[in-house]
Amino acid sequence: MIDDLPLWLSILVSVLVVGGALLTMAGCFGMVRLQNFYLRIHAPTMGTSMGGGLILLASAIYFTITRDRLIVHEMIIFLFVTVTTPVTLMLLARATLFRDRIEGNDGVPKRINGDQQ
Amino acid sequence: MSVAILHWSLLAAQFLLSIAMLATLYRMVIGPRAQDRILALDALYVVALLLLITLGIRTNSQVYFELAMLIGLLGFVGTVALAKFLMRGEVIE
Amino acid sequence: MKRLFPHPLLAVILLILWLILQQSAGLGHILLGGVIAILASLAASLIIPEPLIVRRPLKVLQLIVVAGLDIVRSNIAVMLILFSPRPQPTAAFIEMPLKLTNTFGLAVLACLITATPGSAWLEYDRERSTVLIHVFDLVDADEWVETIKNRYESLLMEIFQ
Repeated sequence: MIDDLPLWLSILVSVLVVGGALLTMAGCFGMVRLQNFYLRIHAPTMGTSMGGGLILLASAIYFTITRDRLIVHEMIIFLFVTVTTPVTLMLLARATLFRDRIEGNDGVPKRINGDQQ
Repeated sequence: MSVAILHWSLLAAQFLLSIAMLATLYRMVIGPRAQDRILALDALYVVALLLLITLGIRTNSQVYFELAMLIGLLGFVGTVALAKFLMRGEVIE
Repeated sequence: MKRLFPHPLLAVILLILWLILQQSAGLGHILLGGVIAILASLAASLIIPEPLIVRRPLKVLQLIVVAGLDIVRSNIAVMLILFSPRPQPTAAFIEMPLKLTNTFGLAVLACLITATPGSAWLEYDRERSTVLIHVFDLVDADEWVETIKNRYESLLMEIFQ
């Protein structure tokens, strides 16, 4: 760890990191508490949108101030994660819909163009 | 003083993220179906990435950044492959 | 020129990302990043044949601000539901007709809807141009559809169509 820090920086980074961790934990907590798959699919997006965003922002601010130059490469992780998570969730949701329809489970909407089954 | 604040808040954040990892692990173990496990694995990847970022701030080094990015990349590819496998029964068409 | 740069915007974005990743803007990095960006955009032209045209660049900023505020608000709303002692969200599937037909516009809309906690894009039917969306805590289906249409779809249609 570093020896000396301005007080405002440590408070700002602390608030951002703890807030982001709390949001991420809330999402993963939802993974345990929610009853079915379609509800649970909303849980990880909290970690990838705002939870992750706050923690990466804290990292960017911390390294920019302590290294005395602009460090924004956390932005790449943020962009990558926010763009790819919807893709994986959509693929997973479509796979689940497909499997639920084949198994004939209740509570699943029929295929929208209807001629497949 | 300010170092102590940062130290304890990072510790708290890492504790929260560890609980989040345990929650996703619990869902991954009990399932009940394959898609639930894959969803939990995807969330686990993201939480591990964030844990590495906090570790980077804590140790004041940027080495963990590359690791975090690598986890993000592998997590994406892995989850897509698994989701495709659920849909078609094969990964490469 | 057209054959070397099938996706100029993609190449520029890739070059900027490369420079951020290397954390320098030296000549060597620009040259290497430029070569990689051109090769990657040539490779991308094989799988993305249609050109990407952004008609109103300023509207993109507006879209980012609107989506950012929405994501923050729904994050807090979903967190409050999840931490309540007995979470009873009224989840529902919604079928929503869309006027937007541009591929890139649809991709951006799908990413935005899924990235917002509380709503997930499930599948899109190109023939009837309707989309199936799962909403975590639905109060009023018609109002929800209207919000998406007014806030995002009209903006995306101005940008891409």
